[in-house]
Amino acid sequence: MNYTDLFRLTLPETALEVTALVVLIIDLGLLRKSSLKLRVAVAALLGVVGCGAALWALNASGGTGYSFEGDLLLAQGGFTGAAQSGILVLTALTLLLLIDSVFTKHVGEYVAVVLMAAAGGLLVASAHDLLVIFIGLELLSLGLYILTAFAKSSGKSAEAAIKYYLFGGMSAAFLLFGFSYLYGLSGSTNITEIQRFIAISGPSPLLYVALIFVVAGLGFKVAAVPFHLWAPDTYEGAPAPGAAFIASVSKVASFALLLSLSFAWLLPNRIVESGQTTLAQYIYSHSQVWSPLAFILLIVSAASMVVGNLAALAQVSVRRLLAYSAIAHAGYLMLGVAVMPSLSGLEVVSFAYTDLWKLAYRSANAVLYYVLTYGLTTIGAFGVVSVVERDTGSDRIDSFLGLHKRNPLLAAVLLVLFLSLAGIPPLVGFWAKFFLFAAVLGVSAGPVPFALVALAIALSAVSLYYYLQVLKRAYVMPAVNETPIKAPAVTMAALLLIAAAVVVLGCFPTLLLVWIGNH
Amino acid sequence: MLAWTIYLSFAGALLLALLPKGRNALARWLALTVAVTGLALAAQGFVAGMRQGRITIVDVPWIPSMGIHFMLAADGISRILVLLTGLAAVAGVLFSWNIEVRTNEFFALFMALIGAVYGVFLSFDLLLLFVFYEIAIVPKYFLIAIWGSTRREYAAMKLVIYSFAGSAMVLIGLLAAYTTAGCHSTGLIELAHAGLPISFQMWCFPLVFTGFAILAGMWPFHTWAPTGHVAAPTAASMLLAGVVMKLGAYGCLRVGIALFPRGLDPWGFSFIGVGSWRDVFALLAVIGIVYGALVALVQTDFKFVIGYSSVSHMGFVLLGLMTLNQIGATGAVLQMFSHGIIAGLLFAIVGRIVYERTHTRQLVELETMHLSKRLPFAAAAFVIAGYASMGGPLFSGFWAEMQVLVGAWMVKPWWTFAAGVGIVVGVAYTWRAMQRAFFSDALPSTHDLELEHGHELAAITWPEVTGVLLLAGVSLAIGVWPRILLDSIEPAVKALLAGGVQ
Repeated sequence: MNYTDLFRLTLPETALEVTALVVLIIDLGLLRKSSLKLRVAVAALLGVVGCGAALWALNASGGTGYSFEGDLLLAQGGFTGAAQSGILVLTALTLLLLIDSVFTKHVGEYVAVVLMAAAGGLLVASAHDLLVIFIGLELLSLGLYILTAFAKSSGKSAEAAIKYYLFGGMSAAFLLFGFSYLYGLSGSTNITEIQRFIAISGPSPLLYVALIFVVAGLGFKVAAVPFHLWAPDTYEGAPAPGAAFIASVSKVASFALLLSLSFAWLLPNRIVESGQTTLAQYIYSHSQVWSPLAFILLIVSAASMVVGNLAALAQVSVRRLLAYSAIAHAGYLMLGVAVMPSLSGLEVVSFAYTDLWKLAYRSANAVLYYVLTYGLTTIGAFGVVSVVERDTGSDRIDSFLGLHKRNPLLAAVLLVLFLSLAGIPPLVGFWAKFFLFAAVLGVSAGPVPFALVALAIALSAVSLYYYLQVLKRAYVMPAVNETPIKAPAVTMAALLLIAAAVVVLGCFPTLLLVWIGNH
Repeated sequence: MLAWTIYLSFAGALLLALLPKGRNALARWLALTVAVTGLALAAQGFVAGMRQGRITIVDVPWIPSMGIHFMLAADGISRILVLLTGLAAVAGVLFSWNIEVRTNEFFALFMALIGAVYGVFLSFDLLLLFVFYEIAIVPKYFLIAIWGSTRREYAAMKLVIYSFAGSAMVLIGLLAAYTTAGCHSTGLIELAHAGLPISFQMWCFPLVFTGFAILAGMWPFHTWAPTGHVAAPTAASMLLAGVVMKLGAYGCLRVGIALFPRGLDPWGFSFIGVGSWRDVFALLAVIGIVYGALVALVQTDFKFVIGYSSVSHMGFVLLGLMTLNQIGATGAVLQMFSHGIIAGLLFAIVGRIVYERTHTRQLVELETMHLSKRLPFAAAAFVIAGYASMGGPLFSGFWAEMQVLVGAWMVKPWWTFAAGVGIVVGVAYTWRAMQRAFFSDALPSTHDLELEHGHELAAITWPEVTGVLLLAGVSLAIGVWPRILLDSIEPAVKALLAGGVQ
């Protein structure tokens, strides 16, 4: 136990928390009498600076993570590092969207909550211990509930927040219940220890009960079917920057956690080093335990794809449409998470360990690539929705009528972002899907993964229909009202930045791939 | 130099999109300049590549970790299709000269579509080909939905869903081939040499072939084509029939047949004479030829006649590909070029020259308008285009369809008989449309003449004359001296049939 190491490792989280306090002090103290405009600008910019500082701290501290009594507690580098950097960048982008927002007077509190939730996200992404995972998730989730409720003058916001809170509380209970069983079975809260226990004792009914509770709890976080019911209401009711935060940062953190849970068994393990079992035996007995569970994950994945895409077809509210599309995207992502553990024991032992590790690494990178670019795109989508909403007072698809006349630049941004979400090349959303599906088929070309990839591709053809419904109103159908929509400067700049990133990363897909790989 | 056709078109599209609104004349001239330069580059590439095999133009690693290259190359087939695209682009711009609504956006989308089409024909990396193939989908949607006519939103959405469903099948096949070959490369040449197992080719071939053939208008997946062609603005239907359907046929040849040649092998059993995927697709192609022609025969809308005739003519392309012999496949490629030119000309006459003046496409109404007297140029042009479309000698369609028929005879004579029925019906529907639209028996009464006197149809403009002369001239030139193209096509087809890709 070395507190200096721990402090150095959690420097990014510390930076965020300190910034949150500074923002509160400045906003409630120094700027109490200033205009709202100035306060928003200062608070948001301080928040962005805080994210920048955390990003710097993240890259400055080298190392392999923090271990306690030989077991990894907080991971560092690898896909954790990429996910953490992504969380910070995306948080900064949602803060930029705040600058022109008018839904609240309490900007200091808003920014502070966002930063604390982001700190929770960083913890979730790196945690390798049940307790730390739970604390991180609660820190993140409580922040999200508050963000959802932040538009105090809107009834929808309050309703969405209470629904989100009730569902969230229930899922936290599930998760904790599952965690407590895991602890009771293995006598440890550390993931590596639990893996070791699983390898020795093999499958047991109680273990599956525990794991299924964990899946239910985490399925709620990523809004996978059948735990998705909160998502449409929350996306609809939350203030736009908050919704963007929920849709992007919390997704990245949750998927980083899912990755560390499902790939932890491939980490170099003491049980093998100590000679208690051979590597092949260890891996074999592990996959024996995991493959039934992965089957459940695959079902959840398929259900999310189908339900999300089909339900999105019927939506008339763009926010709800984005929510259902988020459910569908979560389905694609679950495919990437589940395919590695879904290998049966026989399939696994046919690989050399290094190959296995390489495959796991590739699918983890593909999942991260997907979730990061999806987060980026979806923040932009919410930015466009917020601008249209402020002018027309509604997020119904008909309020996008004639957008190309009312604000051509905004319409162009919408075009790029929605086509990217639909997976049209050469935008980044296409590469995300391509890398993910290639990674899935690279791991296992068996009939089940192949059928699911085929289903996913077929359903992305369906998804183009509902994205085009919005674009059709923006570009094709005649405008009812042709008065120009004025987009605030900072929001517009942020949106242009995001759209440019979507195009550039799409034309040069290796940029981001190499960046993730280098972590 | 050929690669610049792609870059130039996309750059032109971007420039046109950024052009300030209201500069319609500038937008037109800019688009024409880009299209003509593209055609010049394509022609230069065609001439320079004459009697040569595949020439690699660009080959840079794009995603090195997955073996994906940005590889552009051209063989004889690519070169003539690029030339066709250049011609269709120039003609399309000329026949869109009268677009006044959102002119710069129209030409921007038009050039983006053209750029993507160039890209597909020049790609020698499967993933790159797929990327360009998908880029082409979006401009099509907006071109039809914004500037189209008859049920345009329905037709545009239908076309997009069909195209995207087709490309989803291609993507599944692509991923499957890539992983089965060991995740080394998506290059067409590498994949062709990867030795994919026969059992794999047996299911992947029909998947990919059908995916591409949807866009080539293969029966029974052709229904997007007539509605799409009819709803599209003239230039877009010229492009749809002229080059976009060729994207599908090209994909069938370049990807379907070249990568999965063993997928065409006999199954080992036969069911009512159908013993392989080759028989299945040849049967569908023959049905398409006859069915398209018969349906065209009973249409009341002039443009639907041409729309269904496209389905029929594309059937010849697919039939030619399925002969798998030198003469049939050469005929198929020649038919791609020929149909691209002739269908473009027909759509231009019906959609632009006639419809923009009479504001109706119903044959019943056109019958009463005495167009042969009031629009002699249109009547003359349609006679030429109709003759070429029937497969009359001295025009390009004759050589193409004859080669396909000879090739089909060598495999199964009944294919030739059935397709021959399609040709006869083709003469009938062209004749019927020509007669009813232009040369109706009813002589104008004095009353009609008085009515028409005050409502002269607008004079034929120079872009229309230029466009008609360009397309008809090319078809005639190929008809008189087909060796211009055949010299390029034959070696490329030979190489492709012999061993996948050279």
